[in-house]
Amino acid sequence: MTPVQAVIAKELRGCFVSPIVYVVGAVFLLIFGFLSYLYVGFASAQAIQLMQQMQGGAQINLNDLVFRNLFASMRLVLLIILPILTMRLFAEERKLRTFELLMTSPISIMEIVTGKFVSVFLIYLGLLGLTGLVPTVLMLFSDFDWNPVLTGYLGMALLGALFLSVGVFASALTENQIVAAFVSFGLLLTGWLISGLGSLLGDTASGRVIAYISFMEHYDRLVRGLIDTSDLVYFGSSLIFMLFLTHRVVESARWK
Amino acid sequence: MIDVHNITKRYGHHTAIDRVTFSVAKGEVLAFLGPNGAGKTTTMRILTCFMPPTEGTARVAGFDCADQPIEVKRWIGYLPETPPLYQELTVTEYLTFVGRLRGMTGRNLTSALDQTIGRLELGSVRHRLIANLSRGYRQRVGLAQALLHDPPVLILDEPTVGLDPKQIIEIRELIKSLAGSHSVILSTHILPEATAVCQRVVIISGGHIVAEDTPEQLSARLRQSEKISVTLRTPSMGCEAKLRAIPGVLNIFPGQTGGNLLIECALGRDMRDEIARVVVANHWGLLELRTVSMTLEDVFLQLTRHEDNQPLPAEAMAARTADGAVATEDPVA
Repeated sequence: MTPVQAVIAKELRGCFVSPIVYVVGAVFLLIFGFLSYLYVGFASAQAIQLMQQMQGGAQINLNDLVFRNLFASMRLVLLIILPILTMRLFAEERKLRTFELLMTSPISIMEIVTGKFVSVFLIYLGLLGLTGLVPTVLMLFSDFDWNPVLTGYLGMALLGALFLSVGVFASALTENQIVAAFVSFGLLLTGWLISGLGSLLGDTASGRVIAYISFMEHYDRLVRGLIDTSDLVYFGSSLIFMLFLTHRVVESARWK
Repeated sequence: MIDVHNITKRYGHHTAIDRVTFSVAKGEVLAFLGPNGAGKTTTMRILTCFMPPTEGTARVAGFDCADQPIEVKRWIGYLPETPPLYQELTVTEYLTFVGRLRGMTGRNLTSALDQTIGRLELGSVRHRLIANLSRGYRQRVGLAQALLHDPPVLILDEPTVGLDPKQIIEIRELIKSLAGSHSVILSTHILPEATAVCQRVVIISGGHIVAEDTPEQLSARLRQSEKISVTLRTPSMGCEAKLRAIPGVLNIFPGQTGGNLLIECALGRDMRDEIARVVVANHWGLLELRTVSMTLEDVFLQLTRHEDNQPLPAEAMAARTADGAVATEDPVA
């Protein structure tokens, strides 16, 4: 087991003995399930209406009516829930002085940051995997196209990774977990709201740049079933950028 | 093994340590003594690459702490002031994690784990959560963490804090047993600990090194004269004058009890037999005759109290301790 794997294993173990993961996981799954139920309910109500108007034979598009709405709503849920998952990563180490152990072990800061990020990402992927139950059950009772659902899941995975990296960064800034959670809320909300600024500025150069910086349009395209290399590049590069910033923050903590 | 040259650490306008220079040979145990806030922890943090010095160089086993931190860290076992423990892990899990962080794997790790647990007598708690351990056990787990990979250099920040007297003796024995094969720096403000465990003492105060030597030499050096305590059964009126007449006797003070005298003699001469001869010849009844030595505690207080009044140039002190000559002037005056 390499040092990075040791960090991942320790973090996973730490997550599962603390109640945070269970609470976050339960809330996440509950909201996902509830939203799915709502959208399926709306869809079937619409189907009944259509059937009455057209005298039967109406085909409801689950992809548009259920999954797109579901994935779009999950943005907000992830924004609220994921900072709770990441807040303790560095803040707790600082508070309990275990940070000193990590920093005096023969392991690089990048390895520590990577290990911590990967551990929460794995937990998040596990939660996403559990939500797979919803499309699986729907598949039994209806027909829909799996491809946009899979790109939606890809979008959720990438968006989650980005949110988690922002959370890891915020956690490295402070030794107070609450502050860490709020800083990541703030950063993510800003990332959301600047897309509004981008559309306000319209099709100008600055408007396009601001809209590009926000995660909104990149996520929307994936939810609509479009895989564009530029979106993948966006998620990949912003993830790496956030982890790099985390590295700098952790490094600078040594100078204080 | 450890070479610290002129390191300075500033936090904003506050200078935590100022041009500190010392070295530790292979197999040597060095005590870092000083009042709280003297710069002990800062120095240790620089040596363990937790933070870089503002100026100067620190080298461990030939590797520079600022430029080759990973190599330095491989050589070091470090017990910080607060043992860095994860409450949610058991002792075994915690030590396994620490071992893996240091690149230990497989059988190598298991045997080191068993050995360290045995050495620190943690066998009975090895499967308990660290959160549920008493302070003494936590301190020992912290020490186990530092010893696990059998590092050639050990840096221990107050290793016996929180232990009961029996455990303190055990840990001191353990540290003594490490001498010879390991270089150890330990910080403490418990003076007998330094005398019991260490071959050399560095006294640091206000960020400066104020003295560096063996505990015995330190007290000898700071003594300006030999002092001999004499207790007489039947002192006569003229006894003080007669004792003062012995060549070499500088001064005589009355002691705490009647019949007790404190005789100050020239440095480097043992006057006890001459004093005894005079006492016996005069039939004063010799009850007790002994040299009064300065404890490390006295030395420590003298040196650190001095710091408060007027700073002693570090160079002067270094020169004094380096040339090995007996100090003739009083550093406190």
